[in-house]
Amino acid sequence: MNREDAPVFSCRDVHVAVEGKEIVKGVDLEIRAGEKHALMGPNGSGKSTLVAALMGHPSLQVSGEIFLAGEPVTQLEPDERARRGMFLGFQYPVAVPGVSVANFLRAALKARRGEEIPVRAFRKEMQAAFAALEMNPDFAGRYLNDGFSGGEKKRLEILQMLLLKPVLTLLDETDSGLDIDALKIVATGIDRAAGPDNGVLLVTHYQRILEHIKPDVVHVFIDGRIARTGGPELARELEERGYEWLEQEVAAVAGGES
Amino acid sequence: MKANPIADLNSDYLAKYGFHDPEDYLHKAPKGLHHGVVEMISRYKQEPEWMREFRHRALDVFLSKPMPRWGDQELLGQLDFANIHYYIKARGDQANSWEDVPDNIKRTFDKLGVPEAERKFLAGVTAQYESEVVYHSIRADLEKQGVLFSDMDSGLREHPEIVRRYFATVIPPEDNKFAALNSAVWSGGSFIYVPPRTKVEIPLQAYFRINAENMGQFERTLIIADEGASVHYIEGCTAPVYSTDSLHSAVVELIALKGAHIRYTTIQNWSTNVYNLVTKRAYAHEDAVVEWVDGNLGSKLTMKYPSVYLMGERAHGEVLSVAFAGDGQHQDTGAKMIHAAPHTTSRIISKSISKGAGRSSYRGMVKVARGAVGCRTSVECDALLIGERARSDTYPTMDVAEDDVRVEHEARVSKLAEEQLFYLQSRGLDADQARLMIVNGFIEPFVRELPMEYAVELNRLIELEMEGTVG
Repeated sequence: MNREDAPVFSCRDVHVAVEGKEIVKGVDLEIRAGEKHALMGPNGSGKSTLVAALMGHPSLQVSGEIFLAGEPVTQLEPDERARRGMFLGFQYPVAVPGVSVANFLRAALKARRGEEIPVRAFRKEMQAAFAALEMNPDFAGRYLNDGFSGGEKKRLEILQMLLLKPVLTLLDETDSGLDIDALKIVATGIDRAAGPDNGVLLVTHYQRILEHIKPDVVHVFIDGRIARTGGPELARELEERGYEWLEQEVAAVAGGES
Repeated sequence: MKANPIADLNSDYLAKYGFHDPEDYLHKAPKGLHHGVVEMISRYKQEPEWMREFRHRALDVFLSKPMPRWGDQELLGQLDFANIHYYIKARGDQANSWEDVPDNIKRTFDKLGVPEAERKFLAGVTAQYESEVVYHSIRADLEKQGVLFSDMDSGLREHPEIVRRYFATVIPPEDNKFAALNSAVWSGGSFIYVPPRTKVEIPLQAYFRINAENMGQFERTLIIADEGASVHYIEGCTAPVYSTDSLHSAVVELIALKGAHIRYTTIQNWSTNVYNLVTKRAYAHEDAVVEWVDGNLGSKLTMKYPSVYLMGERAHGEVLSVAFAGDGQHQDTGAKMIHAAPHTTSRIISKSISKGAGRSSYRGMVKVARGAVGCRTSVECDALLIGERARSDTYPTMDVAEDDVRVEHEARVSKLAEEQLFYLQSRGLDADQARLMIVNGFIEPFVRELPMEYAVELNRLIELEMEGTVG
């Protein structure tokens, strides 16, 4: 396959174990430029574990193959994946007391772009991003995620996505803990950041955010596997019927196999 | 414990601070300590009789006191008092112009950036080499206002009435074995007197340098801020890298009279063969404020607990300290706040980082005396461990004799968290950059209190200490 035509992201037969227990049981995915995929599923199905593994979390045991823009990244450290354009918006962003948002963002931008950004240019870019997400510019001086409300943390994740311009964005439950206004702002931010050359994998439990961000493809994740893949209509079906019918189907198939 | 902690030292310390000059001394006392050495020092300095007697009495106290039975017994046990030179004077007299400092010493301080720092932002500088101060300057306008800033020996000669009135009133020789040792053989250090209502707006600085192997440096500093006066004093310290130990045992006494404000900032970066056993104490009188800002990098063993005795109503004391212990090092540091008057307030923030096989201990005491009603105190100690072998211990003591007192105490020990590392790495920072960012964030409340040049220098030192860390 020609690299130019390669999907921005793909993975093959990914299995993930946590302390020896298998949580993700073989996942194949392909995301092409300009596509937004939603990964939906009940709590505890392994969605968050999957995206943490794709980003390279050191405490997970991962097998299978992961490609970013056609290049294998399976063996790379998380920071190397990030510099090549992979981004994970955390469900629970971690606080780093004493490190200002501005210093952190500047270091991250420098790492991603491979060069120092002049202070003035950086300030301008950061202020524009704050404005786009209707965030107070005072954020720049606050300590990273330290004492932030849930909504503030999520906005800062999307702000980073805007600035870092990832090739592939993994968003882990970015909609949880947001009120409706915040949700709209965040959804607009995601739409802005997701251009025609990039891919997005949005992990969510609820269909709510999908009213604001229209996914091209919807996957349903049950018990460590993608149980079904479809178009946006699949999300609406899940909203009406819940996950139980699919879970029962999966259980029936598993029962039939044994 | 490693047999040779020097092997671990990062190469930059060797290049930047670890060099030593060829020894060219006017006087170098033989190793060992007895009344003859004390007599020699006092006669050499042509001191008044009362000081000579004070030294001899202090030596008796030193000889009669046992070593501390607390603290790091293993490292203290290795300290050999017989293998130390107690007094060394380099050639040349004290200079008031940088040009007059002997070339070899000038080169040393040039390398350390001392005159550069003076040009940039200091109101006065003292540079001490071994036992004696070799360079001293103070801005003319301060001198005109009556601010006295000199080395301690000159202070004793030129202002005997002030020195005699305050010297050893805050820390008598009987206080502890190392205070007694310093009292017997002290040499150099700073003497500062700020007249009533005089504000010294820019910092005064002293720089202490040990050059010879097995050197004992015993500087003695006395700072008096008269009523309503204010002053900020900064000291920095380094030593060459030798395979055998040196001893730095200072006594620092601060007296903040009614409404006065003293801030005392230390950035010590001794090489890891130096025992740093220092007694620092302040008296804060009515409405006075005393702040110790104390950064401890380097040394083999540091034992240092800056104290504020809050003697007058509404006095306020603060200790803000950071300690960094790498392989083979033990930073045993902390603070003492003695509330001896009503409505006094104090705050202790102590942060320590232990890396590799490094060890840090917080040892602190807050005492509220009977009658000292309406006091408030808060203690916050925060330890960060990097690696599985790093160690941190906390020994807090609270002794509160009144009910109407607000006491807050918080202690936290955290490991450099894998989740923090992963978060920063997921943004493109490599593991070393991510660790450094977490550590710099951890000490940020301290760094923010430093003048810019010192903040930059401290961040650079931390970066060197963190190089090649395996988490």
